[in-house]
Amino acid sequence: MNMQTYQQPDAHGYYGRFGGAYIPEMLHPNVEELQTRYLEIMQEPSFQLEFRDLLRDYVGRPTPLYFAKRLSAAYGSNIYLKREDLCHTGAHKINNTIGQILLAQKLGKNRIIAETGAGQHGVATATVCALKGVECIVYMGEKDIERQAPNVARMRMLGAKVVAATSGSKTLKDATNEAIRDWINNPSDTHYIIGSVVGPHPYPDMVARFQSVISEETRWQLKEKTGSELPTHVIACVGGGSNAAGAFYHFLDELSVQLVAVEAAGHGVHSGLSAATTALGKPGVLHGSKSLVIQTDDGQVVEPHSISAGLDYPGIGPLHANLFDSGRGQFLAVTDEDALRSAFDIARMEGIIPALETAHAFSALSQLSLKETDQVVVCLSGRGDKDLATYMKQMEMMGI
Amino acid sequence: MSRIQALFQQKHKRVLNVYCTAGYPELNSTLPVMESLQANGADLVELGIPYSDPLADGPVIQQSSAVALENGMTIATLFEQLDGFRNRITVPVILMGYMNPVLQYGFERFCADAARVGVDGLILPDLPEYEFETEYGSIIRKYGLDFIFLVTPETTEHRVKKLDGLSTGFLYAVSSSSTTGANKQMNSVQDYLQRLASYQLKNPVLVGFGIKDRESFDAACAHANGAIIGTAYIKALEGAKEVGTATKEFLSTIV
Repeated sequence: MNMQTYQQPDAHGYYGRFGGAYIPEMLHPNVEELQTRYLEIMQEPSFQLEFRDLLRDYVGRPTPLYFAKRLSAAYGSNIYLKREDLCHTGAHKINNTIGQILLAQKLGKNRIIAETGAGQHGVATATVCALKGVECIVYMGEKDIERQAPNVARMRMLGAKVVAATSGSKTLKDATNEAIRDWINNPSDTHYIIGSVVGPHPYPDMVARFQSVISEETRWQLKEKTGSELPTHVIACVGGGSNAAGAFYHFLDELSVQLVAVEAAGHGVHSGLSAATTALGKPGVLHGSKSLVIQTDDGQVVEPHSISAGLDYPGIGPLHANLFDSGRGQFLAVTDEDALRSAFDIARMEGIIPALETAHAFSALSQLSLKETDQVVVCLSGRGDKDLATYMKQMEMMGI
Repeated sequence: MSRIQALFQQKHKRVLNVYCTAGYPELNSTLPVMESLQANGADLVELGIPYSDPLADGPVIQQSSAVALENGMTIATLFEQLDGFRNRITVPVILMGYMNPVLQYGFERFCADAARVGVDGLILPDLPEYEFETEYGSIIRKYGLDFIFLVTPETTEHRVKKLDGLSTGFLYAVSSSSTTGANKQMNSVQDYLQRLASYQLKNPVLVGFGIKDRESFDAACAHANGAIIGTAYIKALEGAKEVGTATKEFLSTIV
């Protein structure tokens, strides 16, 4: 009996033709240990108990599923917002870091490394390391350190060491390379907390499982509100794809639910300044798994562009690459300009300032022909405080 | 018998493999560098294909990769440069690269072109053994190329034997769990190399990572068939006026 599922990879970490563990031998012991132990540890009652307790009392879960009345009226439909922006630290990222710090402790690792782009995952990692009193080193591109000063300060205040990635393009992809190199050089005491559903097997599956609490809650919350567990659409933005994986997870095999993944088109999908991986990427290997990768004809990885640092990644998780490949997911692209406009629309219509990443998901609403009977869930993955500098610049241009 | 196997039949001790990055320091340095390595005592040449995201490499080789890419090096250009190189170079040549550029070039096309120009073997550190066994190994063998797996001090006996079984040519023993160019002490490596020697492996063993001078080369050769030098040689090429002179000077300190 092998029912087709979009949720879990096969034993070697493949979702369709994407996934696997393309790692140098130096990483093999660490990755194999994770592969053989992550499911068993995650299913231990003591793990589940502490994970659930922390999600409730520390993160603030369940996050509300909020019926957005004015937004719904504007689109002539029914739109619910899954409020991940109300999580501690301001985004969904902490669901995963809580899970992974507990897992690291079960594995006996006392040194944590992480990569970060905009700094949200770095802050979420620094937070759980402070919570557990564990050493924390966050790799961040030199350029991103300049662009994201408030989050760098947050990580430092939380006790993390922020290390500049000075190789390559000095952004998220290079921070990820540096974190992987650190892991190679520290084979016994270190756990690498990857922030998205990327990396070698079992990371995509492990991170998706930690984030799946988003859709687990959405199902019962929607049932309470509408009488049905199943929406017609779930919409989420996708960089690497962790909030989308979490928002989709318990709907992946419910084929009546339309899954809408929204990528960053930057200045336009074909402008040369874009991060729309499914539109531009070709199959390749990046950061330990086979997936779609934005690259040159010679196979060199291209530095993408998005106004949102969290979507500014040249790859996409293998789970999502398979959703694209199989047609199970619908992939849309939203430009910097449209995302900015949506951020202001949502702020003024619902009194919620979304993260720039999330603003992409909102902008996709106008690309769908929503009906009056549709029940649409948008994953409001993070709040917009971190993007205030960009929003302020925009207001200056708009004369606000 | 492959050129690599023939080498090890003739020479069992102190086999010297030197790594260089294709297209470094200049786009057209590839062949002059290989020739000068052969002329000055290298028994094998490991030719690195530059990549934007070389995970297993430390800063020095990364930087040489970045320079080579800026110089315009691509796999297609590399095969053009290598076309006819067997008229000038007789030592075995191994291509070392990462999976992504090879997949873009086309894995089978890559193997076919490598074999056609006279390359002898491949090292692809991010090609895992599962994918090797299920998909890529048969293509590599079809073109008569040797394939070399890496093992580390943390690799279990069972796995070392498995990777030795899948490898042909030699087995690449990484001296410590690190990226290339890490400065770790060679004396702690002896136990590990003696352990490898006790496994009665089918392939010769070359030690790499951290071999930078005669002392570390001697230490590596004490319990293995030879060693691989990479980072230290790339450093020697950095800012060198003439690759021939730089190579001669560098290798005279080793062999």
